[in-house]
Amino acid sequence: MTKPSLPLIRCDNVQKRHGHRHILRDVTFSVAAGEVLALLGANGSGKTTLLRIVAGLDRPDRGEVWLGPVLLSDAGNEIRRYVGVVAHAPLLYDRLTGLENLGFYARLYDLEDAGARIAHLLRSLRLWGRRDDAVRTYSRGMSQRLAIARALLHDPPVVIFDEPDTGLDRHSLEELSDLFTQLRGRGRAVLVTTHDTARAFSWADRVCELRSGCLQQIAGSKRNG
Amino acid sequence: MMAELPKEGGQSRTRAGLAGYFRAVMAVADKDVRTELRAKEVLGTMAAFSVLAAVIFGLAFDLRVPRTELVVPGILWVIILFSGVLGLHRSFGSETDRGTLTGLLLAPVERSALYLGKTAANLLYFLIVEALLVPALLILFDVNLLKPLILLGLLLGTIGYVAVGTLFAALTARNRARETLLPVLLLPVLAPLFISGVGLTAAVLDGRATSEAWPWIGIIALYDVLVFAVAFLIVDLIWEQG
Repeated sequence: MTKPSLPLIRCDNVQKRHGHRHILRDVTFSVAAGEVLALLGANGSGKTTLLRIVAGLDRPDRGEVWLGPVLLSDAGNEIRRYVGVVAHAPLLYDRLTGLENLGFYARLYDLEDAGARIAHLLRSLRLWGRRDDAVRTYSRGMSQRLAIARALLHDPPVVIFDEPDTGLDRHSLEELSDLFTQLRGRGRAVLVTTHDTARAFSWADRVCELRSGCLQQIAGSKRNG
Repeated sequence: MMAELPKEGGQSRTRAGLAGYFRAVMAVADKDVRTELRAKEVLGTMAAFSVLAAVIFGLAFDLRVPRTELVVPGILWVIILFSGVLGLHRSFGSETDRGTLTGLLLAPVERSALYLGKTAANLLYFLIVEALLVPALLILFDVNLLKPLILLGLLLGTIGYVAVGTLFAALTARNRARETLLPVLLLPVLAPLFISGVGLTAAVLDGRATSEAWPWIGIIALYDVLVFAVAFLIVDLIWEQG
């Protein structure tokens, strides 16, 4: 296993409020290259808000988020190239085919080797045979795999998964687990949220829990002994 | 710089610069048009409304107007105004409904490129609708709008309308009441454009001197420039989160 080294994600004292309600309170953590960090937490605990902040979709009220050596609040649009997000929604156009969806995002990311990259991802995620079918005809598992392909299209060093296990069957969950192993092996920093404690411990090198906006517990998983 | 990344799996290279910016604009426009051709959410509604409204206006004014040239300029621009509102709210609204707006915002492109791409797609829809509407008005009112100055004014006016309409569609996209909010916000802002459009069309149809039409063209062109300038200034702020 690749040893965790350089932090690719670092959150320092991140705070976020919606009105008078504290969503996040002084959240501090880091994720190194080749490390998977799982965030546990009940609904409304602030997991998705934290992921949105790390992805640059939302701003903290206080605190700093660093992606590698880059302070997110000072970074331009290009920093988004370093992050891939598998969100709750698949972020796909259901009238377009799988190939067209990835082609569109490849154009947005202005990838030079888009065709080869798309083919590689569609084959490795077992979607090549359905590449010309509209996404609305895909099953939940297939949509999720295509959403993963979309997030990995630009081969980002930081990959964020927001409850990727929702609605997946056992086989798809095993594939997801394999994907985390591959990303870890390739030196990616992975931040993943889930409700499932057992899965969090099986996927991650470290597991944290968000409770009432506070990062209450940080523990090495069974993976680390 | 970010940490050096492993090349395994084909670390994707990218191109940047102005050409990359316009590739992003074209990508958004192309995606919107392609999606629309399959979903038929916007264009069909706008076109059907335009032709039906022209027929209704035709029936309403047929017996009472001595010269149809008196009412056609207003009818033309009012139909464009209302059919446009029908389509514009879907521009960003459909992205919000599908959850795909997040995908756009995650991309490493200027927000203005997303806005311009949406504007380009909307402009195409409007021009297609107008290509149906102008002949429909010719048939129903026996008024020929196919005159260079009217067409120039129509093109510039449509660009201005689409530019401000797409901007307001972005502003209201996350509001649940966007379908009613958009026209309420949009109509006052569009007043100068439509007054100029009607003035221009009437001047040309009345056969007045060309010199009377050009000031209207100038106002519409100035409106377009101002709208794009404002759009580029504020478009980055629209999706900023507190």
